[in-house]
Amino acid sequence: MRPFGYLAPPDPAAAIAAVTGRPDAAFVAGGTNLVDLMKLGVAAPGLLVDVTGLLPDRIEPTATGGLRIGAGVRNSDLAADPRVRAGFPVLAQAVLAGASGQLRNMATVGGNLLQRTRCLYFQDVTKPCNKRVPGSGCPARAGDHRNLAILGGSPQCVATHPSDMAVALAALDAVVHVEGPAGPRALPLGELYRLPGDQPDQETTLQRGDLITAVELPAPEYAACSAYRKVRDRASYAFGVMSVAAALDVADGVVRDARLALGAVAPVPWRARTAERVLAGRPATAEWFGRAADAELAAAAPLPDNAFKVTLARNVVVRMLTELARSELAGDAS
Amino acid sequence: MMARVTTADDTSSELTLVVNGTSHRLRLDHRTTLLDALREHLGLTGTKKGCDHGQCGACTVLIGGRRVNSCLLLAVMAQGTEITTIEGLAAPDGELHPLQAAFVEHDALQCGYCTPGQICSAAAMLGEAAAGWPSAASPSLTPQTGPVTLDAAEIRERMSGNLCRCGAYVNIVAAIRDVLEEAR
Repeated sequence: MRPFGYLAPPDPAAAIAAVTGRPDAAFVAGGTNLVDLMKLGVAAPGLLVDVTGLLPDRIEPTATGGLRIGAGVRNSDLAADPRVRAGFPVLAQAVLAGASGQLRNMATVGGNLLQRTRCLYFQDVTKPCNKRVPGSGCPARAGDHRNLAILGGSPQCVATHPSDMAVALAALDAVVHVEGPAGPRALPLGELYRLPGDQPDQETTLQRGDLITAVELPAPEYAACSAYRKVRDRASYAFGVMSVAAALDVADGVVRDARLALGAVAPVPWRARTAERVLAGRPATAEWFGRAADAELAAAAPLPDNAFKVTLARNVVVRMLTELARSELAGDAS
Repeated sequence: MMARVTTADDTSSELTLVVNGTSHRLRLDHRTTLLDALREHLGLTGTKKGCDHGQCGACTVLIGGRRVNSCLLLAVMAQGTEITTIEGLAAPDGELHPLQAAFVEHDALQCGYCTPGQICSAAAMLGEAAAGWPSAASPSLTPQTGPVTLDAAEIRERMSGNLCRCGAYVNIVAAIRDVLEEAR
């Protein structure tokens, strides 16, 4: 690991100034991903700017009935929060589906959003990787790509975004609050992430010195009828092969509205807007859930060893939505 | 609250770590993880280095009572916290922590390398359940008051961050259940 300086500034403005002023500086909070990447040689910051204790670490109600989650909230506290569990179960389930008890205690909400892909080639500095070394090539297309993207990839990169939490936040229309050298701003989660195109090293729209300070959830509306399902190679403590976050609003057997996002299938948390459009106003039946999934997955461009994810995603979407529709009908009857 | 450091260019810092109630003043290279500080600088070798990448849980220690992977925590970032290692779990008179006694009683290990991490993890995990935290194995997320009832599936899910390559899981679960029942 490269030697590095360490700075624990007194306030967020000083932290932002420190990172803005040095191209080799990086923020650190939970450190669960960054410290690992430094050990692997994938990241080699010359200065770590510690923002633990500077970021908001509370979950507070907003004036419009939603929740504002401080970026310094630990993943375990987010999943345990009674308001999150009751109003946004998809989010609590997604967080609990990720990592381990130890890692959730360390990892922050802001850091979770910005964690890097677990693509084997990205994490191995002896291999080419367009994301790590632009222009060096991508061995994944002809190599190990079973866990990589079927949607949103490019010839240069088919890495997947590893977060479970971010998939739930995508379905919930979360808004990310950022402070930076140019002042504060807020952007929808979907505008935080970039598709790889021919610049897979540019993963987000954040600029140097930008610090995520909070994530805001709009009022739950029907988010109480939501769930997260993750498929992985072992029962626990593994990154996803694919996952689904869904929220469903059904009345008289008809879908009034649906929110759907897919995880571990794309370089970004994949909001399935095509499927949502198909579902609106249609019968809440397995047939229509399947049509919606097919419409979304029509854009899939799988590689030989991950074509199974297309079928898997369809099956999981249909089953998830069917279960949600059933639970909502049961709720209506009570 | 952590001491705020304001010099950026040094690659090492003078720092204080409070481990099992004892303060230690050290100068450490910033690259030093808490795990390496404990083992290589403080001689507390009970905490084990397994994968060194946050994937096995052998390095689990408690920070303010919460379990964390000490291999992914830089020592310089652990200043101002209360660190508890396996050496700090037993009573001062040497009486074993109930989990330590239960692991012995149930033969919950073979080689023993993962055991300190398992026990530290379990100690904090029981606190999480007592505080009502849900897990991926919980039948419902509906907030409830009072502790969560831990069946074997719950224990396995909540302990999934601690691998045992000898496969002593059956007895690890039994040892933890035993402690739960005795506490009841």
